[in-house]
Amino acid sequence: MRFGVIRFPGSCDETDALLACRRYADAEILWHGDRDLDGVDAVVVPGGFSYGDYLRVGAIARFSPIMEAVTEFAASGGHVLGICNGFQVLCEAGLLPGALLPNAGRRFLCRQVDVEVARADSPFTRAASAGQVLSIPVKHTTGRYHAPAHVLEGLDAHGQILLRYAPGHNPNGSEDDIAGVTNEAGNVMGLMPHPEHAVDALTGSEDGGVIFESLASVAVAA
Amino acid sequence: MKARVLIRPKEGILDPQGQAVERALPALGFAGVEDVRVGRMVELEVEDSSQIEAMCQKLLANPLVEDYEVQLVDL
Amino acid sequence: MSASPHRVLGLTDSEYELICQKLDRDPNGLELAVFSLMWSEHCAYKHSKKLLGRLPTEGPHLLMGPGENAGAVDVGDGMAIAFKVESHNHPSAVEPFQGAATGVGGILRDVFAVGARPIAVLDSLRFGELESARSLYLLDGAVSGIGHYGNSIGVPTVGGEVYFEAAYEQNCLVNAMCLGVAEHRRLTSAAAAGVGNLLVLMGARTGRDGIGGASVLASAELDAEDESKRPTVQIGDPFEEKKVMEACLELLDRGTLASLQDLGAAGLSSSSSEMASKGEVGLDIDVSAVPLREADMEPFEIMISESQERMLAVVEPGRLAELTEVCQRWEVRASVIGAVTDTRHLRVLDGDAVVGDMPVDALVDDCPLYDLKPAAPEAQVYPAPKRVLESEDPAQILPALLGSPNLASRRPLFEQYDSLVQSRTVRRPEQADAAVLALYPEHKAEPGTPRKGIAVAIDGNGRRVACDPYTGTVEAVLECAANLACVGAEPLGLTNCLNFGNPEKPHVAWQLERSVQGMADALVELGVPVVGGNVSLYNESGGGPIYPTPVVGMVGAVRDTALAPGYGFGRAGESVALVAARGAQVSARGSELAKLAGEELPLGLNPIDVAAVREVIELVREAAGSGALRSAHDVAEGGLATALAECVLAGGVGADVAWDGDDDPVQLFGEGAGRFVVSGPAEAIDALGPLATRIGTVGGHELVIGPLSWTVDELRAASSALAPAFA
Repeated sequence: MRFGVIRFPGSCDETDALLACRRYADAEILWHGDRDLDGVDAVVVPGGFSYGDYLRVGAIARFSPIMEAVTEFAASGGHVLGICNGFQVLCEAGLLPGALLPNAGRRFLCRQVDVEVARADSPFTRAASAGQVLSIPVKHTTGRYHAPAHVLEGLDAHGQILLRYAPGHNPNGSEDDIAGVTNEAGNVMGLMPHPEHAVDALTGSEDGGVIFESLASVAVAA
Repeated sequence: MKARVLIRPKEGILDPQGQAVERALPALGFAGVEDVRVGRMVELEVEDSSQIEAMCQKLLANPLVEDYEVQLVDL
Repeated sequence: MSASPHRVLGLTDSEYELICQKLDRDPNGLELAVFSLMWSEHCAYKHSKKLLGRLPTEGPHLLMGPGENAGAVDVGDGMAIAFKVESHNHPSAVEPFQGAATGVGGILRDVFAVGARPIAVLDSLRFGELESARSLYLLDGAVSGIGHYGNSIGVPTVGGEVYFEAAYEQNCLVNAMCLGVAEHRRLTSAAAAGVGNLLVLMGARTGRDGIGGASVLASAELDAEDESKRPTVQIGDPFEEKKVMEACLELLDRGTLASLQDLGAAGLSSSSSEMASKGEVGLDIDVSAVPLREADMEPFEIMISESQERMLAVVEPGRLAELTEVCQRWEVRASVIGAVTDTRHLRVLDGDAVVGDMPVDALVDDCPLYDLKPAAPEAQVYPAPKRVLESEDPAQILPALLGSPNLASRRPLFEQYDSLVQSRTVRRPEQADAAVLALYPEHKAEPGTPRKGIAVAIDGNGRRVACDPYTGTVEAVLECAANLACVGAEPLGLTNCLNFGNPEKPHVAWQLERSVQGMADALVELGVPVVGGNVSLYNESGGGPIYPTPVVGMVGAVRDTALAPGYGFGRAGESVALVAARGAQVSARGSELAKLAGEELPLGLNPIDVAAVREVIELVREAAGSGALRSAHDVAEGGLATALAECVLAGGVGADVAWDGDDDPVQLFGEGAGRFVVSGPAEAIDALGPLATRIGTVGGHELVIGPLSWTVDELRAASSALAPAFA
């Protein structure tokens, strides 16, 4: 099984995502300028400041050539994981519902938080269990999840909310404490916390590994 | 033709930057200020002003969470 | 009649005459501008160079010493760590966000200019007291600026320090340190080489940033309206720098470049002269080939512009195509702007016309160096701090200390920094006395295989150096080594930034001379060389000079980062011990307690037995590095009680410490070098030998010191005093 991690100009956590993926499967970097996903089994859109966050976070990256390929891949059921800036890019691209807005505290915030797994029957969380608490760091300025009220109701009803910040751990004012969501088909996920920074006990927790582990097992079967 | 696009957070969306400015002004002696919203301004020179609407929809603004207003400035 | 241009530019009459001699004629406007910058204190170290010669620059792990963009030490496996600290004090006082941001940008460029990938940033900040709205504004701006630049470019900010003293009200200090990793073979010198090789300018376009003061040289047609076109503030673009960094690192990896230099203070003029001087060559530069951001820039403006995110490379003509291809892929501008010659001159051309011609030696090596004329002051020159302590009762003093801006938790600051990117951070801010980084984040844990890494700390001292420049500086060096010892790291090298007032004043000259001597003596005793550094002088205004503030950054090797202790107490039942150097003294002189009490600053601190402190540092380093200790913490500002409180807060668990009833505040809160608080199993404590004294036991939800006690919640509430500054 092979992960493809996209590198945009300004991506920062793509190497970290690559290292995390490699603990569970093969992985390679995909260049933003290519229209070809090189036959990977799952795509990771990483964190960072693609295009300097110019105009709006993720607004420019979503138009890069690689994103055309990612859109087609997602439309045909391929698994796509967007982390932090990647989540922002996927929302801008219309592959995920909602938008990410400036943190309620207005500042960049880097902190270890607890997130609760809302459902474990998704390709991204099948290696975890429902209700499991994962300790994962967040580090962002623009992570407040927002969607119109009727959209939020729909997300809940369709089981598209995969991760919520544990009580007292919401770092940015996200509606309904939402930390991670999927699209309606369930094959595209975005989350603000950085699971790739929670895969090695040496540097913190290993809780983030379940997301890569889940994807690695599912994308092979697909 | 010069155009100016003003982009601001939609009503009802929490705008912490706007709130911070609204709090800071009275502290500096300016009373009676309400409803501050902080946004962005994009200035551009275009040949065909009918395209600006599409530019806003596609790139300059995120219509899900932002309102925008286009001003055309005669050169 | 207006003042002579050379005086307006900061040159003395005798310096001007010397320039005329070297050129054998009067300098033209461009040449005058270039000389005025190259011969400025900032570029030429006129008042400090002779003194810096006292610092030790040799060591068994040293790979690159002072004189290059950054120094470097060997960390084994053919790997090197390059590092340096630099100041950006004056720009930060003008515009703290951009000043601090571009300070980070500049030090990052110095590190990747030698071929090392930046892996961490630390910062040392000093502002006036927080009662002042201006200091709050500078603090907020500087922290945001550092975060903005470091976070955007993907380099973690892993440590730092911040202090608040009235002496810095008019002159804040922003010192930024960076470290990078490289294979030995990739370390690159900035010496230009190869007559006929091409000079290439990479990165951002050149505008009028930083020109400000040289506007007197503008041609007569420009008028007052153009003031706004010559900003003194440099604006940083971390996104541009990220692209430039990746392009440079790839070029160095491939061996495409003959040499590389970053553009910092004085822009093209200093980078080119220094490259030519190191390489003993000449350079021809054609300013008409420099990509510009502003219309109608004059040649002198192009030469001295401080526009950010630019690098200067030397490349063989045959490898230019390779350079161009790599830069295009990374979307980085690259323009051939000149060539290496054998003239030993820096010649500036505008197309075909020669608009400046200066001997390189005159610009770089022949700048006059001045002897300091130090004279010890008869009395303390700094006023006493304002008294803020409300009670002499020790039970009230500890919360007062913890709540004072110099000691309160820095969490509201460091949570604005990404301390995790690059996946190396084993010990994060406020977990251990030094940041600990893994050298090989890609390795997976294997039983029995140590996870090699490095430790880094930055420490400075202002008020205590104002009390005693020699001893205060010795203390700063020892404290940095002690912080490294607490995570089991042996120091490999040191970088320093000397922040002082006007060295032409005898008491400042005395501070500078005594401080450098103290640093030299301490480093010789510790066996640690200086790999490079920076000097920032003239930090003073109407209110007088800043406290003399040497800032040191040390890098050390960690055998197994998994074993590096933090400073939080861990398990109930474990022992707490005080480990002290033979003859270690504590005193209230120059302490944080004395400051809160509004006491006059003394002249002189108790002398330090450096050999004895070295012994205890090595003892703690050995024990910490072996994994035997649960926690290790250097006892510094605020004394023993403060250190114990910090251990309790970091661990989230209390401790019961015996005290023989004598609640003499000096014993609880006095300061002095060579003391540590450690915790661990009783056997581990006993194994430390006679320098360690068991003083208590971990457990409970309170810090108990003899008859005194405070709950963990009380201590945490006191320690959260900086949060309102960032609300």
